Amino acid sequence: MPAHQFCTFYLDKLLFGVELKGVQEVIRTLDVTQVPLAPPVVSGLINLRGQIVTAVDLRRRLELSLRSPDISPMNVVVRSDDGAVSFLVDEIGDVVEVDDSSFEPAPEMLRASIRSMSLGGHKLNDRLMHVLDTEKACEMKEAAEPAVAGV
Amino acid sequence: MNDLDIVKDFLVESYENLDRLDRDLVGLEKNPNDKDALAGVFRTIHTIKGTCGFLGFNKLEKVAHVGENLLTRLRDGQLTLNPEITTALLGMVDAVRQMLKEIESTGQDGDVDYPELRDTLTRLQTPSGKATAAPVPVAAAVTPSPAAPPAPVTREISSAPPATDRPPPEPAAALRLKTEPSQRKPSRGRIGGLLVERGVVQAADIVRALEEQERGDRRRLGEILVALGLAKAEDVLAAQQILETKPKDAAAESIRVGVNLLDKLMTLVGELVLARNQLLQIAGAIENPGLHAVSQRMDLIATELQEEVMKTRMQPIGNIWGQFPRTVRDVALGCHKEVAIEMEGKETELDKTIIEAIKDPLTHLVRNSVDHGIELPEVRVKAGKNATGRLILRAFHEGGEVNIEISDDGAGLNRERIRQKATERGLITAEQAGRMTDREIFNLIFLPGFSTAEKVTNVSGRGVGMDVVKTNVEKIGGVVDVQSSPGRGTTVRVKIPLTLAIIPALVVTCGGERYAIPQVSLLELVRLEAEQTRAAIEMVHGAPVYRLRGRLLPLIYLARELNLVAAADAGKPDDDATNIVVLQADGRQFGLVVDRINDTEEIVVKPLRKQLKTVKTFAGSSIMGDGKVALILDVLGLAQRANVVSETRDRALADKATEAVDTSADKQTFLIFAGLGDSRMAIPLSTLARLEEFPVEQIEMSGNQWVTQYRGQILPLVRLNVIMEERRNKLRRLLGAPIAGSGPLQVLVLNHEGRVHGLVVEKILDIVEDRADVKAAATRKFVLYSVLIGERVTELLDIPSILNSAATTNASAPSASAAAHAAQGAH
Repeated sequence: MPAHQFCTFYLDKLLFGVELKGVQEVIRTLDVTQVPLAPPVVSGLINLRGQIVTAVDLRRRLELSLRSPDISPMNVVVRSDDGAVSFLVDEIGDVVEVDDSSFEPAPEMLRASIRSMSLGGHKLNDRLMHVLDTEKACEMKEAAEPAVAGV
Repeated sequence: MNDLDIVKDFLVESYENLDRLDRDLVGLEKNPNDKDALAGVFRTIHTIKGTCGFLGFNKLEKVAHVGENLLTRLRDGQLTLNPEITTALLGMVDAVRQMLKEIESTGQDGDVDYPELRDTLTRLQTPSGKATAAPVPVAAAVTPSPAAPPAPVTREISSAPPATDRPPPEPAAALRLKTEPSQRKPSRGRIGGLLVERGVVQAADIVRALEEQERGDRRRLGEILVALGLAKAEDVLAAQQILETKPKDAAAESIRVGVNLLDKLMTLVGELVLARNQLLQIAGAIENPGLHAVSQRMDLIATELQEEVMKTRMQPIGNIWGQFPRTVRDVALGCHKEVAIEMEGKETELDKTIIEAIKDPLTHLVRNSVDHGIELPEVRVKAGKNATGRLILRAFHEGGEVNIEISDDGAGLNRERIRQKATERGLITAEQAGRMTDREIFNLIFLPGFSTAEKVTNVSGRGVGMDVVKTNVEKIGGVVDVQSSPGRGTTVRVKIPLTLAIIPALVVTCGGERYAIPQVSLLELVRLEAEQTRAAIEMVHGAPVYRLRGRLLPLIYLARELNLVAAADAGKPDDDATNIVVLQADGRQFGLVVDRINDTEEIVVKPLRKQLKTVKTFAGSSIMGDGKVALILDVLGLAQRANVVSETRDRALADKATEAVDTSADKQTFLIFAGLGDSRMAIPLSTLARLEEFPVEQIEMSGNQWVTQYRGQILPLVRLNVIMEERRNKLRRLLGAPIAGSGPLQVLVLNHEGRVHGLVVEKILDIVEDRADVKAAATRKFVLYSVLIGERVTELLDIPSILNSAATTNASAPSASAAAHAAQGAH
């Protein structure tokens, strides 16, 4: 049975994972240049060794509560079809190896904002890891529109 | 070389050949008896057919095959090229191109085998053009006999060529492939073309010899020529020798490199430039002569490398123009017009990305000229013009930009119709229309939702209007302008930058972050001291404006526009000075108020990712010398967001400005500087392009002229002191010569007769606005008159005579200043 490796991280005490092979690197907070007028989920641009990478705040993207200012976020840089994107997360977890047997679809009771960006979950020993749909998380439209509609 | 490589080479070569085919076929249509061109077309198709037979692309081979049959007839003079045949052949070229694309993406030549096209091509082989009426028996090659039944048509279609099939026997093709694999291109690299070029034989002789070959003669062309008594053996041998050495040279001088590799190189050089900027910044802060020397050398190398790598990405504009004869032909045929296309400056080079970006807009403009610009032949004749319309494409470099003009000698734009249409569509009011100049009215055609075509032809109405042309050109930092004179024609001029990858930009600070403003949009910088600010900034219709030389300039506060601070704070000019960056977007000017103006810098443009595509105020991002990211402002987007380029506000401002002129009666702004000795001198600010400072190290000698490098150009420098001294007292001229050992040179950059000149002055004093109406006659050469400016006597310089005199002095003999400076440069 094929095993998958996931890079895990925490957002508001929830455990998320992205496939390790899609992860370019994990780094501490870098100098972020804010982009005025950008959708709020975009926290800015960072210079990753000459490559300019958009930083997306996953807390905002998943419509979770905002990160308290004393947590300095980590950057999980993933490769997307439109170049690299950095996800801002609270804390980095372990790299876990799972196979398909532990997979289950995203639970119904999960918050809609999370479910729409979840590819499902894996039961780990003590908890559930949500598999993040990175392509979806990179898309801005979905996030921007409800925000406008809410006003 | 493996199979894949062969296929790749085949594709690359075939694409090139097909592009040439388009051109050749259109050219042939005009001059159907050009045997040489016909032979060229024939050989190209023949090569494609032969190669794809060899590579196993059968469907492609079939299509090429029927095309070749048709071409055989044409070449043999049994048929004459007419528009119908040309259309069919062009259709075949399209089909072949389609299949090549298929091969490129899937490795196979696709499922379509174009039965209709092949039918048409086969049908056209008969002189009358109708298969049923006069089919040609395939076996009878020389004289078409109308008696034969229509059977051959079906035979032709059923792929595998039977033995009776007329066109070149395969052995010939195979032979050619084997013996001359690297010389498949017709005429140039071949012995036939060379012999014609050297005047040894006539083109017709070559055709005759080629026919021999195709009838099964396996000897080489040269041998046949000699055998037929058409050429002398020694001539052929000499040509053979040239051929054997020639291709080698060509191969040594150029190699094919993938675009990917060039892009990668460009990115790396971009990063090198960034690293260099960082290094220079650090080196500037450390006292270490060794480090300084290294970083300066590194600076030079990086700059040079950047230029050279940029060059590899340059392509002649002819690459995209090549397809226009075909476009023009198709469009002209479709709307029953006669159009001849002319091109000037095909070799003008542009960055590859720009070439790609302007391809569609240019195509549209060309189509438009034929469709809407040039009249029907009978209308033209009635108007006393040649029935054939002229479409002229012209490209040339000017001041770091490329100009592309598309001119036609058609009816010209109809001012009244445009005005009427624009009013009808509510784009402008009747009152506004009355006040507009011709040029303003003509430029209305670039507004969205504008089309004056009498009827929607299949050319127009494709969703790509002139507004899209304008948007696309502006997207790459270019501008479009249209000029027209009734009855004489229309010219659309597109001005675009040479490259997009690295651009000069002004860096400003606002709200603690830096922003880069592309230099192309920048007009000037204005700094208002705190006490001036209150008086200088007025409100018109609730919007702030600044009176710049009698004109009202709408202002945008960058901080407020970007929501950087609470709007209330940004609204009030604080007690510090106000920095206004005067910008131009969409032909209109506005002032951008920023916190601080930093410097100009060459920046490497990196596009924004899709997450930020919706933010129209930014054109991209770049990494600054300290490694932080800065955003590049999209001047047009910013102006649109702030609504300063709207028509109504423009009008309001124009009205207000007219009032303004009355009150401030011809005040002019002057730049005051210290001239010879301690005299005060001035020039009107409007004659000044920029003020620059150049370190002495950057000054070089070119011939007898002092020059420096300035924005990719050579800027000739004229030293005011020297030129005036020289005239006044020849004995003292050496004393007036260089004192330039110390600080940087203050240079006024002036535009004169289309060229830039630098005027080196002692010291810049001030900018003063004055009526300057108290005048006195000049007391020396190069001075127009003395005048009271700011209540002090000031000499107003005669710029044209200074520059002209400098030009002639430098051209004739080494001037004292130049010689003296050369001596200075030696220590």
